[in-house]
Amino acid sequence: MAERRFTKDHEWIELNGAVATVGITNYAQEQLGDVVFVDLPAAGKKITKGGEAAVVESVKAASEVYAPVSGEVVESNAELAKNPALVNSAAESGGWFVKIKVADPKEVSALMDAAAYKKFVDGLH
Amino acid sequence: MRYLPLGPDDRAKMLGVIGAKSVDELFKDIPQKARITGLLDLPMHAGELQVERTLGAMAAKNRAAGAGPSFLGAGSYRHHIPSAVDHLIQRSEFLTSYTPYQPEVAQGTLQFLFEFQTAVAMLSGMEVANASMYEGGSSCAEAVLMAGRVTGRSKAVLSGALHPHYRDTVRTFCQFSPVTVEHGDPVIDGVEDLAGKLGPDVACVVVQTPDFFGNLHDYTKLGAACRAAGALLIVVVTEVVSLGALKSPGQMGADIFAGEGQSLGVGLNFGGPYVGLFATKKQYLRQMPGRLCGETTDADGRRAYVLTLSTREQHIRREKATSNICTNSGLCALAFGIHVSLLGEEGIRRLAALNHAAAVQLADALGAIKGVKVRNKTFFNEFTVELPGSATDVVEKMVGQGVLAGVPVQRLYRDRPDLANLLLVAASETNTDADRTAYVAGLKKVLA
Amino acid sequence: MKTDTVSGNRGLDLEEPLLFELGRKGRTGVDMPDAPKVASRLGGLEREGEIGLAGVSEPEVIRHFVRMSRNNYSIDANLYPLGSCTMKHNPRLNEKMARLPGFGDVHPLQPESTVQGALELINTLGHWLKTITGMPAVAMPPAAGAHGELCGMMAIRAAHEAKGDTKRTRVLIPESAHGTNPATAAQCGFTVDPIPGNERGRIDLAAVKAKLGADVAGIMLTNPNTLGLFENEVIEVAQAIHSVGGYFYADGANFNAIVGKAKPGDMGVDAIHINLHKTFSTPHGGGGPGSGPVAFSAALAPYAPLPMVVERQGRFHLIEHRGDKGEPGEKSFGRMRTFNGQMGMFVRALAYMMSHGADGLRQVAEDAVLSANYIMASCKDDMTSPFPGPCMHEALFDDRFLEGTGVTTLDFAKAMIDEGYHPMTVYFPLVVHGAMLTEPTETESKESVDRFIHVLKSLAKKAKSGDAQFFKDAPRYAPRRRVDETAAARNPVLRWTPPAPKAQAAE
Repeated sequence: MAERRFTKDHEWIELNGAVATVGITNYAQEQLGDVVFVDLPAAGKKITKGGEAAVVESVKAASEVYAPVSGEVVESNAELAKNPALVNSAAESGGWFVKIKVADPKEVSALMDAAAYKKFVDGLH
Repeated sequence: MRYLPLGPDDRAKMLGVIGAKSVDELFKDIPQKARITGLLDLPMHAGELQVERTLGAMAAKNRAAGAGPSFLGAGSYRHHIPSAVDHLIQRSEFLTSYTPYQPEVAQGTLQFLFEFQTAVAMLSGMEVANASMYEGGSSCAEAVLMAGRVTGRSKAVLSGALHPHYRDTVRTFCQFSPVTVEHGDPVIDGVEDLAGKLGPDVACVVVQTPDFFGNLHDYTKLGAACRAAGALLIVVVTEVVSLGALKSPGQMGADIFAGEGQSLGVGLNFGGPYVGLFATKKQYLRQMPGRLCGETTDADGRRAYVLTLSTREQHIRREKATSNICTNSGLCALAFGIHVSLLGEEGIRRLAALNHAAAVQLADALGAIKGVKVRNKTFFNEFTVELPGSATDVVEKMVGQGVLAGVPVQRLYRDRPDLANLLLVAASETNTDADRTAYVAGLKKVLA
Repeated sequence: MKTDTVSGNRGLDLEEPLLFELGRKGRTGVDMPDAPKVASRLGGLEREGEIGLAGVSEPEVIRHFVRMSRNNYSIDANLYPLGSCTMKHNPRLNEKMARLPGFGDVHPLQPESTVQGALELINTLGHWLKTITGMPAVAMPPAAGAHGELCGMMAIRAAHEAKGDTKRTRVLIPESAHGTNPATAAQCGFTVDPIPGNERGRIDLAAVKAKLGADVAGIMLTNPNTLGLFENEVIEVAQAIHSVGGYFYADGANFNAIVGKAKPGDMGVDAIHINLHKTFSTPHGGGGPGSGPVAFSAALAPYAPLPMVVERQGRFHLIEHRGDKGEPGEKSFGRMRTFNGQMGMFVRALAYMMSHGADGLRQVAEDAVLSANYIMASCKDDMTSPFPGPCMHEALFDDRFLEGTGVTTLDFAKAMIDEGYHPMTVYFPLVVHGAMLTEPTETESKESVDRFIHVLKSLAKKAKSGDAQFFKDAPRYAPRRRVDETAAARNPVLRWTPPAPKAQAAE
């Protein structure tokens, strides 16, 4: 099974072949509170690492989700349009945001692994 | 002073608790240079009677529209407002409440906004309406900016029969945005080829019905052409009573409806405050400007209302907001809503029919005067007449006859001397047969 | 659904359905004659099908809206401490004056000869505003504060462009600013460059200076700022921004604190909007209408929007078009609305100003500031303030006093509702954690403010006593318990829709 990597902006990314699945971490959804809407990019959209990839909204806040790597969107999670609460209930599984055809897989492996991310989050308290 | 409850003893005690020697100590952060020493060069405080005398004298210098026959329109219409409207909007709980940010103690405001949104959506034939904009012109400008966001395109095409104030407001709002504005010459007889102006860069086409010159349009075909070209159709209505008689923007396939609601409940007010109407299709909801009120439940499961989808708005989204609007036109929306409630389905249709009949009778009577020509084939309650001389002069002379005869087209098209003889004339249910007779007699006299 | 009574009513609190649920076919609240028979000129464009409006008689309409109104909090009923909103008493004289037919029943496009009094009123109000702000010009069209900001920032952009200076794309805005400031700057095509505050809650002057450059169009600064504090280095900020050719926009939302005490014109301000619905008491009406005239410095005055009123030999004229060379309006950035401005608000505001006069207006600021400081000082042992006083007309608290209690700012606010108070502004400004921005205004008696303080202190003590659930369950006594905002946003229901026709059921 592919390994998960994490960013300081609290996204997770999992590479399977050339395509990576991206979402926000359980920690991020806890900080946001009840998610009411997710604005996702259309398939075919080119995104660059660090650029705005999606917007996730709670009742009182809207937060940008930045692309953890560069690439092209191949699919966005249609389920989230019907049920944005999935981001709260299953942030790191069924609540994924987009699948990206990754331009450079090395960008993925350069990110934090689970242990490093846990340490990073613990340091925020 | 009657509005200031604190007295010298109160102030002294309060300063004691604060631990300050004087009130001026509390203002010590203001640089000396910016402080006012002594008093402003303005009159001293005054009692109610004095204020009433001064303002009453100013008011008396104006000719109230209702003081005699009046036939002005051009985006602002005089209608009878049922007595209940003003009584209800002056209830303390409506008049002196703030924006409903604490829904548990603002259900009154929230429920009327929900009803207002419903009424506007029904009248315009659109799926969703917001809780009001400032007034029609800026509502139209916001519609154009929204079309730019929805389509990602940069050109707005404006009908030449769009109200010139709306056109100018759109231009102003867009002048520093990515949207460029193209508008045609004034279209007096209602015929222009807007579909021909569509192209890959066109975000929207903005049209009006009844248009500025009073002509009626069915924009169904234009709407289809817009859809085929990937542009939005924005339909403006400045006389909302017309929606009681005419095919609605939604029925024509409009993507955005932007209008002025002043005709119902609000009154003339020398131009403001009015109430901007804004409605669209559900698919564009998240690009809408302005507040939205939605239905939900409270902790006990009772139906409740609350401001919602606020992440579009400036207080949350800041520079990425869909608009900078904050304060809207809540109390005017209430007045509109009460008037619509009193009218109901039957009332609005009856009111529209009365308006149309009054205008037809007036058009026929004016058209029968030698040298006067009605330019419209179609109209609702307002039409354009061509006079044998300057409309501005005629209007001024008609004041001497006690009649407000209409709005000279050149008042809004200063740079078009060729339109000098055109006069916009509106009639409503407030005009009597005697008003019409006075108009005809007066006009004959001043043209003689 | 939980209700204690058969009807759902609770004594005088009457439940009210939506108007559309009350409607019955054929009912109406307005009697009108049949329209005379005429040859239709509608050109075959008659509306097809029903609009869907409800038919309701007048008594039903009156009850409907009266019952609804009783679910609203209002300044007429009690102190309304919303910071940044200036909920002061709304004198009824103002309502009476605005309804004089000579003001309320005048068409905006009547011949000038028939509206001399209306133009005189606008001109007179303009004179008061210019005198109060110490600025040479004023634009009357803006319909609200944010519309005023748009007016000021468009004038700034127009002024730069008139000089051929098109490279100024950046506007400096403090992090503590109202959301309308960055939203307005963006609407004028500028990028927003946020400026941090310093440890005293003021704008960091050094940070301003560090951000200066030839691409800076100006700065937007609220003063007194959103933390309820006066920007004591305002003159230095103005000098800094002017030194690189930028302009100074002041957000006048908090003008009530300094009216009659200080003039923005003496602080180097180039444009400032004045919310007539805050400082000058025009009623908020559940969210509007407002009015936001903008006072301009001489540098920006030529770019002011149309229309404008001028006086010549005792006659008043309305300049509605970009004029000829040398005429007012020649360089105007254009028109930003239909017609002439919020006349109804102008009449109310002038009535208010004349009632107070030069002496009363100064007293307004003094009493407003005094009351806010009194609240801050009285609550200092029970609540926490992020910055020491004196404050201006708003007392700002943060949520440090609630730390470890399990009670949030929102819970505290909802408990205030049960005590009969509308909460203060909460969670704004964003730069203060759990902010509670409290503005009593000058129209509260000392006894009224004392009662309010007693409630604040008692609730703070109760929170610290460990009874968090008491706060979580609030409000209990409002027309509604806490409403589900998440459900409203996840599945937006924004209008009433007729129920689907029921399948024919056998009776």
